[in-house]
Amino acid sequence: MKTVSTGVRKKDAMSLVTGKPVYTGDLVPPNALRIKLLRSPHARANIISIDASRAKMVPGVAAVFTWEDMPQSRFTTAGQTWPEPSPYDRLILDRHLRCAGDPVAIVAAETEEIAQRAMRLIKVEYEVLEPLLDFTKALDNPILVHPEDNFRSLCEVGTDAKRNLVSTDSFEVGDVEEELARCEVVLERTYNTVANNQTMMEPFCTYTYLDEYGRLNVVSSTQVPFHVRRILSNALEIPKSQIRVVKPRIGGGFGAKQSAVSEMFPAIVTKLTGRPAYLCYTRQESMANGSPRHQMQMKVRIGADRDGSIRCIDLYALSNAGAYGDHGPTTIGLVGHKSLALYGSLRASRFVCDVVYTNTMGAGAYRGYGATQGIFAVESAVNEMAARLGMDPCVIREKNMVRQGQVMPAYYGEPCNSCTLDKCMERAKEMMGWDKGPTHWTLPNGHLRGRGVAMAMQGSGISGVDIGSVEIRLNDGGFYTMLVGCTDMGTGCDTILAQMAADCLDCSVDDISVRGVDTDQSPYDTGSYASATTYVTGGAVVKACAELRDKIRIEGARLLGVDPQAAQFDGEKVFLPGTDKVMTRSEIGWASYAGGSRQLSATQSNSSPISPPPFMVGMAEVDIDPETGLVRVVDYVGVVDCGTVINTNLARVQTEGGIVQGIGMALLENIQYNDKGRMLNDSLLQYRIPTRLEAGKIRVEFVPSYEPTGPFGAKSIGELVINTPSPAIAEAIRAATGHMFRTLPIRPEDVALAGLEE
Amino acid sequence: MTIKWTLNGARRTDEVEPDETLLHCLRKVGCLSVKCGCETSGCGLCTVWLDGKPVLSCSVPAPRADGREVTTLEGLQAEAAELGAFLADEGAEQCGFCAPGFMMNVLAMARELKTPTEEEIQHYLAGNLCRCSGYQGQLRAIRKYLAKKGGEQA
Repeated sequence: MKTVSTGVRKKDAMSLVTGKPVYTGDLVPPNALRIKLLRSPHARANIISIDASRAKMVPGVAAVFTWEDMPQSRFTTAGQTWPEPSPYDRLILDRHLRCAGDPVAIVAAETEEIAQRAMRLIKVEYEVLEPLLDFTKALDNPILVHPEDNFRSLCEVGTDAKRNLVSTDSFEVGDVEEELARCEVVLERTYNTVANNQTMMEPFCTYTYLDEYGRLNVVSSTQVPFHVRRILSNALEIPKSQIRVVKPRIGGGFGAKQSAVSEMFPAIVTKLTGRPAYLCYTRQESMANGSPRHQMQMKVRIGADRDGSIRCIDLYALSNAGAYGDHGPTTIGLVGHKSLALYGSLRASRFVCDVVYTNTMGAGAYRGYGATQGIFAVESAVNEMAARLGMDPCVIREKNMVRQGQVMPAYYGEPCNSCTLDKCMERAKEMMGWDKGPTHWTLPNGHLRGRGVAMAMQGSGISGVDIGSVEIRLNDGGFYTMLVGCTDMGTGCDTILAQMAADCLDCSVDDISVRGVDTDQSPYDTGSYASATTYVTGGAVVKACAELRDKIRIEGARLLGVDPQAAQFDGEKVFLPGTDKVMTRSEIGWASYAGGSRQLSATQSNSSPISPPPFMVGMAEVDIDPETGLVRVVDYVGVVDCGTVINTNLARVQTEGGIVQGIGMALLENIQYNDKGRMLNDSLLQYRIPTRLEAGKIRVEFVPSYEPTGPFGAKSIGELVINTPSPAIAEAIRAATGHMFRTLPIRPEDVALAGLEE
Repeated sequence: MTIKWTLNGARRTDEVEPDETLLHCLRKVGCLSVKCGCETSGCGLCTVWLDGKPVLSCSVPAPRADGREVTTLEGLQAEAAELGAFLADEGAEQCGFCAPGFMMNVLAMARELKTPTEEEIQHYLAGNLCRCSGYQGQLRAIRKYLAKKGGEQA
């Protein structure tokens, strides 16, 4: 029975829906110290003195640590393959504070209430300095965010801390200036996106303890357990061999947990006190000191001929890393590589970028990872070009989009092996009735309606960098244990990898027991990010299962005393065709557990020199109240090519969830600071994510291509799906109002005021 | 201070602080299905029943449970499995962290409203945030669950 491309339940589903205690915060040892962090009220300051003597006297306080107690070698909290492109610019506690909320002291006490009370007794004298908050003025600003001498950059990414420059990069395909000069129509536009918070429902949390071997055990809500092991080794200055990281169930990540946000604090407390320690960020901390999406400003020059042939795109992006450079040099690359490559018709393209430090919260990884911002800019520019030329925005895309079989020069020169973007467009138009109606109209109640479209792509893992490994064993009785190093954060990868294994081994999904990540026991995986797991780790599943199948056949043949080359394994039994020589998988499993035999297992790793892009078309219909400016997405159509769909339910829900996050980015979500650099909207009441009332109607379909290098023909889905709403909604609003909004989020007041101005 | 209350059908006596939240108290006594998402009434994760009505336990002082009946998902395991199966069949539970609060509110709605319209469902549950699913799969699951419940009653 085939299970790939069906909607099997997630293996952990019933424990989650019945509220079982399976998350980090549910598993904390009762004697763990509770940690609270005293945080800086200032965006830029130096600590002159700290007096923690009164705090230490509070009964129940185990320890108060300040910068003087911390290791002094810098590290990055970015969860990336070593050597990380992100600069080593952090300490666990630093004397120099670079953003509001930077940690000043760690308080560890028997209860959270005691820690809280003691925290208020710490006296800190600050030298308050003027913060650098405007990222468009950061480069070569006299205010230096990282003046320290032990700042380090491991990779050649153009880092220059003395200029506030995290990284710089550029590429050019063809001759952009020459091509632009030849184009009949050239538009130049600037687009702005703000920082967004991932707002996963489970905040950052970690507990730590020393085990019976004296090793530091770290149980954490993380997407990157193996990277956390290395990050903690750097941060604590202890050998990696002394650290074990375990990931239980995770309450959502979306990239936020691709950085080590909470892990260092309990780890250093356990190291220094020997006691178990637990830290759970409050929502306010998760909001104000998390790892949000990079704020960006993007300048696009787009050139086309009057017939709608897009010939050239020139893109410049400036990215705000905030106070720390986590994921700064890498997110920015996707702005260009994963937007320009959508257009196969380009004769020339160029991408230039700078990433700068400021005294705002350090940014990190967020679903889409730069592609989201770049696609907003490029897709909006294409929509504006279509409007200028008087063309239908779907038609201009059909004329210019990338097609299967092309090479994508802006996408590292990788081949477009699998792509149904054209068919996704065709299907989206059918679903929306695009050709049957107008793109804008007015309702009897005076509300305006508009429709917009956008395309998107992403990658499937990081080419030549990401690696996934799988170990699979046959056990007594014939069931399999599959150990994976990738992190199921709710997405269901434990289940979809089991589906693949079940089909490879011709057995039921229930025959495969999956165990997620424990760095002492799981085979190495870079972690769940970069839309890697299905494609990269899935490839390891296919390889490992093929090896194990062979081993089962050979061992079965040996036990039967027949020629292994002539024997066959059909998933249930090894047999010699045409004879009565048969041994079941169960019997072989039992035999492998007894003397004279061997445990049958296979371990395989997989990585890929290419990162095949999944593609998508998104179409939005919006309703606008011209008096209030309130924009509601009343209908959203998403048609996706993620290659073979491994789990039909989970792929659909990923897409629906990604679209709603994208709607939040387009219309609601906006990290704001006051003029002192303190975050203004650091609660769920102020930083509003879409509720089910804002989500509207969402319709999702798939037009699968077949990716020849992917497991079962699969590509990725996780990140792609957040990319279309911002440009599609901006275009729908433009169609309805005649006004193009180039800054996200598009707020009701912007829409209402633009209407009044006209 | 001491409270005498009924938790998931069992009478009990507990010591609580005057300024302790019901959320904190419930997790302390082992009801770990109750999740803390924000502590500012903004997410719905900590929804429990107080005398059969859904409340946000982060915004209810624990002393207010004195003399009253509190229900968490631990006390509704059969109902959770029944409703949850529909969620699981849609793949809509995803990370699952919002599920307990969401389930408590859906179960409360199913008791309160006989045949809710889609608009009534969306408004009843508007305070239950979910960042993974985009809410569509939850709605499909609820419709199927209510259809089954309606069929059983008919």
